[in-house]
Amino acid sequence: MRPFLVAFLVAMTLPIAGTANAQTAGPNDTCLMCHADLSAKGATGKAIGVDKDKFATSVHGSLGLKCTDCHRDVSAAKLPHEPTLKPVDCAVCHEAPVKEYASTVHGKARAGGNKVAASCANCHGTHDILPSKDAKSRTNHANLESTCAACHGNDAMVKSAHLPGGNIVTKFHDSIHGRNLRDAKAAVSAAAPTCTNCHGAHKIEAKTEKTSRIARANIPETCGGCHQRIKSVYDQGWHGKLRHDGNPAAPICIDCHTAHSIEKTSRPEWQMAVIGQCGGCHDNFITTYRQTFHGQVTELGYANVATCAACHGAHDVLPASNPASRVSAENRVSTCRVCHPTANASFVQFDPHANRHDKVRSPLLYYAGLFMDWLLLGVFAFFGIHTVFWLARSLRVVRERRRGGG
Amino acid sequence: MSSAIGVPLSRAEANAPAGSGRYYRRFGLLERVMHAVLMFTFIGCALSGLPLLYPDHAWAEALVRLFGGFRGAGLIHRICAAVMIVVFVGHVLRVLYRGLASDSILTILWGPDSMVPQGKDIADIYNHFKWFLGRGPRPQFDRYTYWEKFDYWAVFWGMFIIGGSGLMLWFPIFFSQFLPGWVLNITSLVHGEEALLAVGFIFTIHFFNGHLRPEKFPMDLVIFTGRVSEHELAEERPIERARLVREGRLTTLETTPPSAGSMTFGRIVGGTALTLGIVTILLIFYSLLR
Repeated sequence: MRPFLVAFLVAMTLPIAGTANAQTAGPNDTCLMCHADLSAKGATGKAIGVDKDKFATSVHGSLGLKCTDCHRDVSAAKLPHEPTLKPVDCAVCHEAPVKEYASTVHGKARAGGNKVAASCANCHGTHDILPSKDAKSRTNHANLESTCAACHGNDAMVKSAHLPGGNIVTKFHDSIHGRNLRDAKAAVSAAAPTCTNCHGAHKIEAKTEKTSRIARANIPETCGGCHQRIKSVYDQGWHGKLRHDGNPAAPICIDCHTAHSIEKTSRPEWQMAVIGQCGGCHDNFITTYRQTFHGQVTELGYANVATCAACHGAHDVLPASNPASRVSAENRVSTCRVCHPTANASFVQFDPHANRHDKVRSPLLYYAGLFMDWLLLGVFAFFGIHTVFWLARSLRVVRERRRGGG
Repeated sequence: MSSAIGVPLSRAEANAPAGSGRYYRRFGLLERVMHAVLMFTFIGCALSGLPLLYPDHAWAEALVRLFGGFRGAGLIHRICAAVMIVVFVGHVLRVLYRGLASDSILTILWGPDSMVPQGKDIADIYNHFKWFLGRGPRPQFDRYTYWEKFDYWAVFWGMFIIGGSGLMLWFPIFFSQFLPGWVLNITSLVHGEEALLAVGFIFTIHFFNGHLRPEKFPMDLVIFTGRVSEHELAEERPIERARLVREGRLTTLETTPPSAGSMTFGRIVGGTALTLGIVTILLIFYSLLR
């Protein structure tokens, strides 16, 4: 019933529109006769209303594009048009970005039959597309996070579509990057990276692709795009050197900072959490660190004592054997003096990674520990037996006394 | 006639019937105050220091928060330690003074009023074990038993080991002028281990020997009131009693019974300490088992 009604209405109004308003008629008036009604439904039940004011102020509307410039399978010569139209091919005008899109994650997924993978319209909108420079645009720097969040910050979608990394926008939202994006100071928010700054916009490649901006091999360059100074320090540090030498275990930015939950490094919470990140590779040193006052206090949740980076540095970390290292024999006193201002050469003979179980590294500590172990064992064993025997005897005496009536 | 714990009484005891209602002074005011201060500074050090040994446990974090954070805990730890050291030094000076003031310095080094372990103590340990196993009579004790002497010297040893290492950790730069820095590795290990020994010992063995064993349960108030009853003296320390009778000193030590107020005070103070200590031990056990 309904398709016929629509066709009838179109047919009835066509001549009127064509003659009465010839002077001010826009190129899209014909279409709007049916599509101006925002509650209108098409033959398939799909909403077909177009907000003509929004379209007029959109990037395409303000360029004076006609509906048929995008909906190319509609022609005035044959109206009403087919109940279902072909998808709009943005590539007619935007050839390069669509090509990039088609060859990367979202495009490939779509082409592979994934109906929920982002299309042009999912990110840019349809009739209301605004230039990215426009503050209201879905693809404006300030709005991209929520645009991507429609899928990557949506738990249901993350689950049903098996989106890689899980709910990453929520993680990102609370990260230093996410917080800076919302900073009241324009200079801060404008400089903060949003999703596309690391992932790209149309050319979003999976991290498994060699050319991906987020491939393991390329991440330091991606981060270094903004953090240039840190990148050059990292390159000269031991971790950067390992990476340069092609060591696959070499830590890169995200190994310590994570990818989406990046924290401000001055936050005590982060300083304590990163100890665990260091320990991910340097596990034996974490064990020994935890045996010292420094490690105990940080484990209790207080960061006002030395963490790994406090002594070893962060991006400039070097082995102790390297004279330039903060913990080299040459630099140890000045490194300790950061917290212990009067530290001297004797003081720095303290071993912050002494191991009471390592006879070679810490022989005196080993024997001191052994002595203490035996002392504790001896005292508790003797008095443990003493107490148990005594208790048993006393209880028996009490029982006998009670039985004997005094 | 036999005592309440089934041990035949000596002749001396028989002369003054148990339960006569008489009381004798065992500890002076200064000794009781010292014990109380030692008690609370020890518990203060234990509670503020133990979290460092179990930093990965929630109770440790909660305890440190209770002290106002790690700095607060450190401050309490140092205040308690400093007070404890003052009490210890005061005690040592007092003992020396007493030794010098008496006829012979030997009285503090030997004899029944001395804390120095003697042949009888070794024999007492042996005989006590025999009694535990039902193979002999309960040994007769004098003024200080062997386990009391052990407690006393344990504090002495602990003061030097924990106190000394603690001072080095408190002033590491100062001590590094005389000692290489790696000594601090050892002192920090020893401080913690010895603290565990002290805490573990006081809150289990000392608590049992002094307070929790069936004869004393839940606590012996003598360290709070300073007074011991005729009955208790005869039962617990017959040799001391006999000696005091022989030397004609027992009557000079006779005193009024402890007032109800002082006993309530003792129960509150002692009960608080016992509770804190037992909770601490339970936390340590829980942490060791987890």
